[in-house]
Amino acid sequence: MSLKAFHIVFVAASVILMAFLCGWSFLSYQETRSTEYLVWSLCAAGSVVALVAYGRFFLRKLRNISFL
Amino acid sequence: MEIPYTYKPRPDTGLYNAKVGIWLFLASEIMLFGALFSAYILLRVSAPAGFWPDLALAWPRGLLNIPIGTFNTAVLITSSVTVVLAWAALKMNNFARFRVYMVITVVCAFAFLGIKSFEYNDKFSHYVVRLKDGKAVTGHIEVDGKHPRFWNFNDQWDVAKLADKKITQIKVEVDPERDIHGHVKSHGSHAHEVREIAVADIVSLGSYTPATHPFFAVYFLITALHGLHVLGGALVLAYFAFPGAKMWKSNPEQFINRIEVGGLFWHFVDLVWIFLFPVVYLL
Repeated sequence: MSLKAFHIVFVAASVILMAFLCGWSFLSYQETRSTEYLVWSLCAAGSVVALVAYGRFFLRKLRNISFL
Repeated sequence: MEIPYTYKPRPDTGLYNAKVGIWLFLASEIMLFGALFSAYILLRVSAPAGFWPDLALAWPRGLLNIPIGTFNTAVLITSSVTVVLAWAALKMNNFARFRVYMVITVVCAFAFLGIKSFEYNDKFSHYVVRLKDGKAVTGHIEVDGKHPRFWNFNDQWDVAKLADKKITQIKVEVDPERDIHGHVKSHGSHAHEVREIAVADIVSLGSYTPATHPFFAVYFLITALHGLHVLGGALVLAYFAFPGAKMWKSNPEQFINRIEVGGLFWHFVDLVWIFLFPVVYLL
């Protein structure tokens, strides 16, 4: 597996982590009604979008490099 | 006799020697960290009821600083992006850009370690005081008018040492009260209430160190081991960015392979943190 392929795995894991953080913060917000958690949840959701966009950019930029 | 495939890929596998080597090494690393993660999960699920999470303190929930942990996660994700961009820059024959990305990666690594040491500092100077009425309070303590210094292990306090020094009362800057999920009960004020506690009312006293709770034993073991990996990786990447970069002129193909192998290790280290962060900070 090349660095390119491992990077895709890493970005996918980061997306899952940020989605989890988004859900965790939102549940905490529902329990506590603290706006800190709501802001946290929105930031994590923004990170998910940014990471997916970055992943697509990365695949386009390195399309000529092997996955092996 | 020349060793084959040191930098040219073997035609049937498409791999050069160092890539096979780094993946074998990473396999052994997965087993090492996997065993530690398993130990943490088994300790936690088999703990007696009321001990983990602790009913008096909601431990381990709310013990670690989630904003700092999240910031450190963002720092490591950024460093993974820059290390792969450094490798891509070399592939595109742009050495100047490679160096810029590599320097950013190393700066991110040291920023991560600096923030982590700040967190460690806070834990070593933070205490839990368990009282005879079954309650417990946490916070930074003041003994004989002084705050214990975290870097001095002789300055760590327990009940026996307090009695030995004939100290009858301590002050605690009490942390905000938390519910069983670790959430702060009142978000109105972040000011710490200072409470005076008689030593006669204390059952036990300990800083946030491995001896105090198994959570800290596992936390310090895994994060310190991870931190050593970050330090080792950062030193190797810094070497590639400066003294080791001479190879770019003599053998560019092998140099690109070295950066790829370094990048694979760096991604593994960051991936460990991606698992570690939710396990110790959020759950």
